[in-house]
Amino acid sequence: MTVAFYLISALTLAGGLAAIMLKNTVHCALALTVAFAGLALLFLGLDAQFAGFAQILVYIGAVAILVVFAILLTRGSETPKDGVYSKHWPTGLVIAAAVFAVLGWAVLQSMRVLPSQSQAPVVTVQQIGNELMSRYVLPLEIIAVLLTAAMIGAVIIAMHDKVENGSATNKEAAK
Amino acid sequence: MTPLAGYLLVAALLFAIGLAGALTRRNAILVLIGIELMLNAANLNLIAFWRYGPHPEALTGMMFAIFSIAVAAAEAAVGLGLVIQIHRHAHTTDLDAMNRMKG
Amino acid sequence: MIQEAISFTPQLTATPIAGLLWLIPAVPILAAGVISLLKQPKRKTSSTLAIGSLGFSLLFSICAFLHVLTGWMHGQAVRETVNFTWIQVGTTNVDLGWVLDPLSAVMLVMVCFVGLLIFIYSTGYMAHDENFTRFFCFLALFAGAMLGVVISNSLLLLFMCWELVGLTSYLLIGFWYHKPSAAAAAKKAFLTTRVGDIFFLLGMVWLYAQTNTLLFYNQGAGSIETGALTGLLAAHAGWGLTAAGAVGLLIFAGAAGKSGQLPLHVWLPDAMEGPTPVSALIHAATMVAAGVYLIARVYPLMQAGALTGGTTTALTVVTFVGASTAVFAALIAVAQNDIKRILAYSTVSQLGYMMAGLGMGGVAVGMFHLITHAFFKALLFMGAGSVIHGCHEEQDIRHMGGLSKKMRLTFFTYAIGMLALSGFPLLFSGFWSKDGILEAAQHWSVAKAPFYMLVFGALLTAFYMTRQVSYAFFGSYRGHAEVHESPKVMTLPLAILAFFAIALGALGTPAWPWFRAFLEGHSAEYVGWHVFFEPGLPALMCTSALVVFVGLGLGWLLYGNRSPRAEEADILEQKIPLLWKLMSDRFYVDEFYGLTFIPFYGWWGRVADFFDRHVWGGLVAFTAWAFRMGAHLSRFFDHQFVNGGFDKSCEEIAAGGGLLARIQSGRVQAYLRILAVAVAILTVILIWSSRA
Repeated sequence: MTVAFYLISALTLAGGLAAIMLKNTVHCALALTVAFAGLALLFLGLDAQFAGFAQILVYIGAVAILVVFAILLTRGSETPKDGVYSKHWPTGLVIAAAVFAVLGWAVLQSMRVLPSQSQAPVVTVQQIGNELMSRYVLPLEIIAVLLTAAMIGAVIIAMHDKVENGSATNKEAAK
Repeated sequence: MTPLAGYLLVAALLFAIGLAGALTRRNAILVLIGIELMLNAANLNLIAFWRYGPHPEALTGMMFAIFSIAVAAAEAAVGLGLVIQIHRHAHTTDLDAMNRMKG
Repeated sequence: MIQEAISFTPQLTATPIAGLLWLIPAVPILAAGVISLLKQPKRKTSSTLAIGSLGFSLLFSICAFLHVLTGWMHGQAVRETVNFTWIQVGTTNVDLGWVLDPLSAVMLVMVCFVGLLIFIYSTGYMAHDENFTRFFCFLALFAGAMLGVVISNSLLLLFMCWELVGLTSYLLIGFWYHKPSAAAAAKKAFLTTRVGDIFFLLGMVWLYAQTNTLLFYNQGAGSIETGALTGLLAAHAGWGLTAAGAVGLLIFAGAAGKSGQLPLHVWLPDAMEGPTPVSALIHAATMVAAGVYLIARVYPLMQAGALTGGTTTALTVVTFVGASTAVFAALIAVAQNDIKRILAYSTVSQLGYMMAGLGMGGVAVGMFHLITHAFFKALLFMGAGSVIHGCHEEQDIRHMGGLSKKMRLTFFTYAIGMLALSGFPLLFSGFWSKDGILEAAQHWSVAKAPFYMLVFGALLTAFYMTRQVSYAFFGSYRGHAEVHESPKVMTLPLAILAFFAIALGALGTPAWPWFRAFLEGHSAEYVGWHVFFEPGLPALMCTSALVVFVGLGLGWLLYGNRSPRAEEADILEQKIPLLWKLMSDRFYVDEFYGLTFIPFYGWWGRVADFFDRHVWGGLVAFTAWAFRMGAHLSRFFDHQFVNGGFDKSCEEIAAGGGLLARIQSGRVQAYLRILAVAVAILTVILIWSSRA
């Protein structure tokens, strides 16, 4: 385990921690971005370059921005008066700890049988493209439909009601 | 500690952190942030197993992770759209206050 | 002379006459049934039906009698029985049946004949009564029941008809039921005979237990045939009696009730409350004779165990009771003033004679007097009825007198009856029948007392009859009514009966003892006049004639043509006031019963009522209360535990549901927490199970 691994892991975890613990929601979103970046670096460390860059493009470039937009649109920057944590936060903490305990225990228990391929695979984009077009063509098409549907759905959900009514009346007037 | 185990532990920890965030924060958006963290932890798990597992040339893990990223993005979009719409109606994103489905 | 046990030739197949013998009682009973459905105005129909049915029975009885007679004349003693099983329980049978033998044949003819004459007489006597139809219904029912008693071959069937006769007697005594005295008399008659019937029933049950049959004659297996009698004699009953003696005494107790013997005689005089035809038929000729007939029927039982020339305890008791009754009733009759009451006590006295005759002389002696007595007593009663009718319902002899001129035919026939009853020598049947009894008494081995008692009784009989006739028919009329002779329909039967009162004597003279021979089943030898010269017999005949004349003379002397007014005391009363009072008040027997048995019975009734009301009633009430309490308890349990428990459990379930519903808080994060916990648990389970 190289030092780089430890540092990047620490960065990622710190980012994640900050993302859930900070009071200001925008700060949380920014910490989330740091966590995403750390993860991308981890992917690069695992010789999954395409996944790492895809992580940067999609997560940091789209999801994080989206989160910020949502925060701004919902006035999330204002700190609520009751505190940011819910009433039953100890329960949640304990449960999360329990889940981590279980997962960690599972990992540690099975350390003997875990595979460890040391040779780094060579992955070219051409290979990925070939795979997408041949073996994973169906998931690809489905993902395409999913993304289209998500986009349309998100637009519809988040649309202003006034605009919806207005477009309806425009349509009637056009007839 | 094998490298794989290290990565797995990191993923588990990140997953727990994300879960803690989803469970303890009031703001709905922060719950979505927690969910994103959890998804990312799962992705890390996938890539780690791809790298250190048998037959990495099959690209299974990589493909899975890429698709997972795409789905996560779509889900984030829809989820945040929902949060925005809820905010328009309830004028708050406080989850503790949203108990209209109470049995 | 006691009659020896007779063995009749057993008949294996009954002749058609015997087979149809049941019609004799059945037709009058059927007629009674039909009359009971008729309405009151149908008088002609009801009387015609009753008279017709009894006429049919008479014809049939005559046919049966002739059948027996021809059998007897050919030297073959006839006793035909028809038996059938009535009830069968397992292996035990209860058999009934009827018998045709000389005894029943003679009795049948007598009952039917006298009954028919009285029926005809009643159409005249009851002509003014509005309950004419009911009267004939009861009369026909009585006739049927009495005929049933006569032909019965089973003690059980006899008892059933006996009870029916008692019932009709009750109905007829209390015919004018709106009169309280008549209703009371009917009740008294029924209850007094009931006392006797209890003993009769006991005797019957004992007999059945001992011999396992109640049939009289059953081809050697009957209860009074030799086989059964041996068994009865072997069983002992205490007080030195055999079972035969005990059963005989019990049956005699029943006969004593029905025939008015000494302790149970109290009902007969009171029974005069009924219409006179009823008195004539039931309380003179037939029903009271049923007791005598019963003893004659079970005579083999009464006589069982007697050595030749000796007698049994049962017959001794019968004799003494009979003799005592004869004297007792005759004494009372002397001091009575009601015309029917004198005749009633006379009947009681003569029944005593019959019983004494049975006890001392055997069946023929007793039965002969029964037959002759039936005719002349019926004649006397009907004559008395005619007198009452003619004097417009006057019954006190002190308000009569001089009727010999105004009611000639009645007087003539009444005189014949009176002389027959007194036993006027030679001409009248009463002399011969009473003489038969006196002769038997004279030769009785046990004691001479009954003979003297019976002779004294004969004296008294002549005396009181003369007294009655003098008061009623001689002297001058002391009443207030317009006296007239009775119509032909009433006087014709009187004439017929008067003829028989004379003629029947010929059947039983010692010169030609036809009656005895007929009953005993052997040929009658015409003994001839020389029997009158055998030692003892002329002396007896002279004694009895003397006694009769003394009685008649004494009566004529004292009462004769005088007509004392009703307010005046009787001559004899003036002479012997204390004794007169005793006789006139009937020796206070009724008062004695009123002080002892009747209050005791009332007290017993009250005890039983208390018991029933408080003990059994209390028990029932308590049970009811307990049930109600049980019901209340059950309801309480049901309400508290069952309902309450059920309601409570439903509430708990609802509360539980409410509790569970709290999981649905409506908040997403709570659901997420549960999910996470579940995932953790599931993971652990999966890993653990895969590890194993």
